[in-house]
Amino acid sequence: MPAVQETIDQVRSIDVDQYKYGFETEVEMEKAPKGLSEDVIRFISAKKGEPEWMLQWRLDAYKRWLTMKEPNWARVSYDKIDYNDIYYYAAPKKNPAPKSLDEVDPEIVRTYEKLGIPLREQEILAGVEPRNRVAVDAVFDSVSVATTFKEELKKAGVIFMPISEAIREYPELVKQYLGSVVPVTDNYFATLNSAVFTDGSFVYVPPGVRCPMELSTYFRINEKNTGQFERTLIIADKGSYVSYLEGCTAPKRDENQLHAAVVELVALDDAEIKYSTVQNWYPGDAQGKGGIYNFVTKRGDCRGKNSVITWTQVETGSAITWKYPSCILRGDNSRGEFYSIAVSNGMQQVDSGTKMIHLGKNTTSRIISKGIAAGKSDNTYRGLVSAHRKATGARNFTNCDSLLIGNECGAHTVPYIESKNASAVFEHEATTSKISEDQMFYCQQRGLSEEEATALIVNGFVKDVLQQLPMEFAVEAQKLISISLEGSVG
Amino acid sequence: MLEIKNLHVQIEDKRILNGLNLTVNKGEIAAIMGPNGSGKSTLSYVLAGKEDYEVLDGEILLDGENLLEMEPDERAAVGVFLAFQYPLEIPGVASMTFLKATLNAQRKARGEEELSTPDFIKRVNAAAQQLEIPKDMLKRALNVGFSGGEKKRMEILQMALLQPSFCILDETDSGLDIDALRIVSEGVNALRSPDRAFLVITHYQRLLNHIVPDTVHVMHSGRIVKSGGKELALELEASGYAEYRTGEAA
Repeated sequence: MPAVQETIDQVRSIDVDQYKYGFETEVEMEKAPKGLSEDVIRFISAKKGEPEWMLQWRLDAYKRWLTMKEPNWARVSYDKIDYNDIYYYAAPKKNPAPKSLDEVDPEIVRTYEKLGIPLREQEILAGVEPRNRVAVDAVFDSVSVATTFKEELKKAGVIFMPISEAIREYPELVKQYLGSVVPVTDNYFATLNSAVFTDGSFVYVPPGVRCPMELSTYFRINEKNTGQFERTLIIADKGSYVSYLEGCTAPKRDENQLHAAVVELVALDDAEIKYSTVQNWYPGDAQGKGGIYNFVTKRGDCRGKNSVITWTQVETGSAITWKYPSCILRGDNSRGEFYSIAVSNGMQQVDSGTKMIHLGKNTTSRIISKGIAAGKSDNTYRGLVSAHRKATGARNFTNCDSLLIGNECGAHTVPYIESKNASAVFEHEATTSKISEDQMFYCQQRGLSEEEATALIVNGFVKDVLQQLPMEFAVEAQKLISISLEGSVG
Repeated sequence: MLEIKNLHVQIEDKRILNGLNLTVNKGEIAAIMGPNGSGKSTLSYVLAGKEDYEVLDGEILLDGENLLEMEPDERAAVGVFLAFQYPLEIPGVASMTFLKATLNAQRKARGEEELSTPDFIKRVNAAAQQLEIPKDMLKRALNVGFSGGEKKRMEILQMALLQPSFCILDETDSGLDIDALRIVSEGVNALRSPDRAFLVITHYQRLLNHIVPDTVHVMHSGRIVKSGGKELALELEASGYAEYRTGEAA
C-alpha cells in the first residue's frame, strides 16, 4: 500500500522531462582509437593487463565476428549501425584502476551519489540493517571504478570483483567458466562482446555458502559515441546461494549508443542464483531520437542437479531492447524462472522474452511476462520452451499478459514450443487487455487523477512480477514504471 | 445543494437530455424514476463528468460551484459520489489498496492530511462490518470475481468511507436479492444526514420501500415531467409509465 502512494507522489513530482538520469559527468577520459580492429582489441587487452590466452580468445572472437551477419529476425527496426564509428574503450584518465575509493575521481563519486548509489561503505552502513546491505560494483563506461564490501565478502569466501581483475587474479576459474554458457560463437552481438568486452562483474560463491548480502552492479554509460560491452560471470558452487541485481542509466544524447552485454550464470548441484535487472537506459526522446540500443545475451546454466536460476527483469529504458534471459535446465530436477515487466512508451521498441531449454529429467520452468505498451511503442514477447528427448517429466508454465495504453501502440506475443519427449507438459496462457475508458472514469470518479489511476491499474497488472524483486528494488521499480508511463494518458 | 438548470446533453449526435431542471436540497433524498431510455443513467454520468457526453446548454451547480468546469476527480473531491450500476474491476489491486489510494487522493486535493494507516484500517473495518463485508474480501482485487451483491456492497463501503456530500445511486437495486437489498439499503440509510443529499435512480418502487425518499421525480425523454412526494412512487408502481408516453412515436 505505501508503495502505491509513493508511486503517486513520484509521478506528481516529475516535470515534463521524464528521464532524470540524463545528466553528463565532466571527466577527462582516455579512449581507444575510434572503430574496431585487431589493434583496438590489443589496446583493450593491454590496458587491462591481460594474459596472452585472454588476448587470443578475444582475437579469435573478432575473426569469427567478421564472418557473421547482424540478425534481423526481431520485431525492431533501426538504421544500420556503423561499427567503425564507435569507441570501444573509454576510461577516466585519472587513475583508471583505483585501489580504494579515495583514489577515485570525486566527480565520479558524485555521479553515483546523484544516481542514488552510495559508494562509501560508511554511508551505506549508516542506519541500514546488516542483512539489508548491498555490495556494489560500479562500472563507468569501460571500467569498474569501485567495488564495495569486498573485504567483508572475502571473509565469507565470496569473490566479488571486476572481471578484468578476476582474469588476473583467478585465471583458472575464469578460464573454466568464461564462454561455457554463451559460447564465443553464439550470436553476432555476443561474439562482438567476446572480442571487445571491457568490464563487468565476476562472482564466485564457494560450496555451501549463502552469500551474506545482495550483490549488485551499477552500469553507467557516460562518454559520447561509446559502446558499453560488459561481461558478467556468476558461478554458484554446490549448495550455495546468491542474489544479484543490475542497474543501468545513461545521459541523454541525440545519437544512439550501443550496449551489447553478455551475462553468464552457472549453478552447480543444489545451488541457486537470483538475478534481477532494473534497466533504465536512456530511451530516446518522444520523436525517437537518441537512446540506447540494448542488444544483450543473458543465459543461465543449471548445470547441477536441483539447481535453480531465477531471472527477474524490469525493462523501462532503451530505444531498442533485444534481450532474452534464458535457462538451460541441464541438471535433473533443476528449475528455471523468468519474471519480466517490459514497459515501452514514446517510440521505444522492445523485443524480449526468454528461452527455457529442458535437457534433464523432471526439470521445471515458469515464465511470467507482463508487457505494457504506451505511446507509439511496440512491445513483443518472444519465448521458446523446448524439451530434449531425454527430458522426461519436464514441465513449463507460461503466462504472458500485455496491457495497452492508448491507440497507437502495439503488443505482440510470439511463443515457440518444441517438445521431443511425450511426457513433457507445457502450458501457455496469454492475454491482451487495454485500460478501458470506463476503468479510468471509475477511478477518477473516486478522486484519482488520470496519472494516479494509470499508475494504480498498471501496478495491479505487474504485481505478480514485482513480488519477485527484493523489497527495496520493488519499490524503486514501481516508481520507475510510473515515470516511464508519465504522459502516456490523455 | 444541487441545482440543474435547463440541461441539454447529447452523445454522438443523439439528444438524451432536453432541458432538464432539478433541485435537490441538503439533507434530501430525491428519487428519479422513469422508463428505460428516459436518460436516467445519462444524468448520473453527466453529473459525475464522464467523457463522451456533450453538454449543449444549461448548468449544474453544487453548493454554487459549477460542476461542468471540473474534471471527474475534482468533482469527487468536492463531494460528488456515483455508485455505479456496473462497478468496474481493477485486476491485481486489492480493494483495501484502492480504498486507501482514493481516500488519500481526495484528502490531498482538499488540502487535508493523509489518514494514518491505523486510523484508516479502523474506519474501513467499522464500515465493512456494517455492510457485512468479510475481511478477506478487502484483500481480494477490487470487484474481480465479486458477485453482483458483493459489488454493490463495495460501492456503498466506498461511499461510507469517502463521506461525500452528494451521492448518486444508479440502479443500485438491480441484480440484488432481498437480503443484499436490505444490507445495502441499511448502509445508505446510515449515511443519511442533514448535510448530505442523495439522488436515487431506480426503475422500481421496491428500493424506495427501504430507502424512503423525500421527493420523487418522474423522468421522460430527457426531462422531469412530474414531481411529488414519496406517494408518487406508489402511484407509478400501480399505473406504470403509460400516461407519460402519450404523444411518443410508437
